Amino acid sequence: MTPDSRSPTPDSLSTELRRLEEIVHQLEGEDADLDRALALFEEGVTRLKAARLRLAEAEAKVQRVLEDAAGTLSLVDFDV
Amino acid sequence: MRETAYTVSELSAELKGALESAVGQVWIKGEVSGLKAYQSGHWYFTLRDADAQLRCVMWQTYTRRVKEPPAEGTEVYVLGRPSLWAERGELRLSVVTMLPTSGVGFQQLALEKTRAALDKDGLFALERKRALPPFPRAIAVVTSLEGAALRDIVAVARGRWPAVRLLIIPAKVQGDEAGGELLAALTLVNRLDVDLCLVGRGGGSREDLSAFNLEPVCRAVAAVKVPTVSAVGHETDISLTDLVADARAPTPSAAVVMVLPDRADVARHVGALGGRLAHGLTRRTRVIAERLVRSGDRLQGATMRLVVQRRHDVGRLAGQLELLSPLKLLGRGYSVATLDTGKLVRSKDQVPAGTRFTLRVADGEVPSRAEER
Repeated sequence: MTPDSRSPTPDSLSTELRRLEEIVHQLEGEDADLDRALALFEEGVTRLKAARLRLAEAEAKVQRVLEDAAGTLSLVDFDV
Repeated sequence: MRETAYTVSELSAELKGALESAVGQVWIKGEVSGLKAYQSGHWYFTLRDADAQLRCVMWQTYTRRVKEPPAEGTEVYVLGRPSLWAERGELRLSVVTMLPTSGVGFQQLALEKTRAALDKDGLFALERKRALPPFPRAIAVVTSLEGAALRDIVAVARGRWPAVRLLIIPAKVQGDEAGGELLAALTLVNRLDVDLCLVGRGGGSREDLSAFNLEPVCRAVAAVKVPTVSAVGHETDISLTDLVADARAPTPSAAVVMVLPDRADVARHVGALGGRLAHGLTRRTRVIAERLVRSGDRLQGATMRLVVQRRHDVGRLAGQLELLSPLKLLGRGYSVATLDTGKLVRSKDQVPAGTRFTLRVADGEVPSRAEER
């Protein structure tokens, strides 16, 4: 069994920021479709909120990896 | 004995094969004589002692690691492989490493041998180096539970990027068991779902750091499936794991700084993107309005109504944006009017003469009342 060591947030911050940069770039571009601009803006606001939430996430989690005699891995919180 | 005669080529090939398989790569001690360093970087020389001599060649790939050609008569250790140069009918030694005998201990010889073996398999090649992920979410940390390194790593990580998860895989980092434990821990990394692996320890004597020069440990670093960062000892210490890993950091703390972004920097970047987002939309609507005016379009009435409607949408969205602190729309001179019911004032029809409402500006609220129009 592989313990799930990922953060619960499915979309990573780097994806979030990459998309946000794309949106800003497109909005700053010359294409003049207003509906499209509004849709981009709306998505941008959502991404912005998500990025700020991720930045505000709780303290770094430190865990120790343990392997039992059968070779099964487990994670236990670790105080440094 | 063979019934028919060998051709010269046949016998040469057979001798070459026999020689190479019988001897292989070995260390040889001798004095350098008649060294000729060519423009190409290749060196040709003779290695001799009182009773014998060997022709040697050292290719540019290897000579560039030796600072300069040794003087005539210098006693050296060379690591090389004897072979037969059939075209010239000569026995020749292909040298890959050269060390002066003065001041070189056995440990250094072993280190050079490991280095040569890893190099031969291409484990130091720059093409192998993988890029580090920009925002790692989970990092495997292979180090000792006892040392200061782990405390430093955790402290720096918490300061920089709190959204990270550190998975500690403990291993002894010095002493006889260190090699085996590091190898096991590095192998275990491949069973974890992580973005990055950090392996290292704090400073110590050369002997203390020697586990990070062991061939199996270096090969285990190379076999880790995610990008690796090696951080062993202080600034000046370089271990073979440093050369095999995708990146090398001078200390464990520096490794964390290398792999984790600083939250404050990223927050500033996000803030700037928010500003550009708002500005981009404002500019876009202005451009469109100007175009409509310029074109003198007869459908102006209908179209302008659409634009007004769109501007209204923009206003609503800008209201959402205002809640995001970096934008500070209010600070730029905008204000927001709300009725006592908490509703935003979006139309003059909402505020007949005498209606009280609150005007929100950057530094507070202004109680207001609509006048006769």
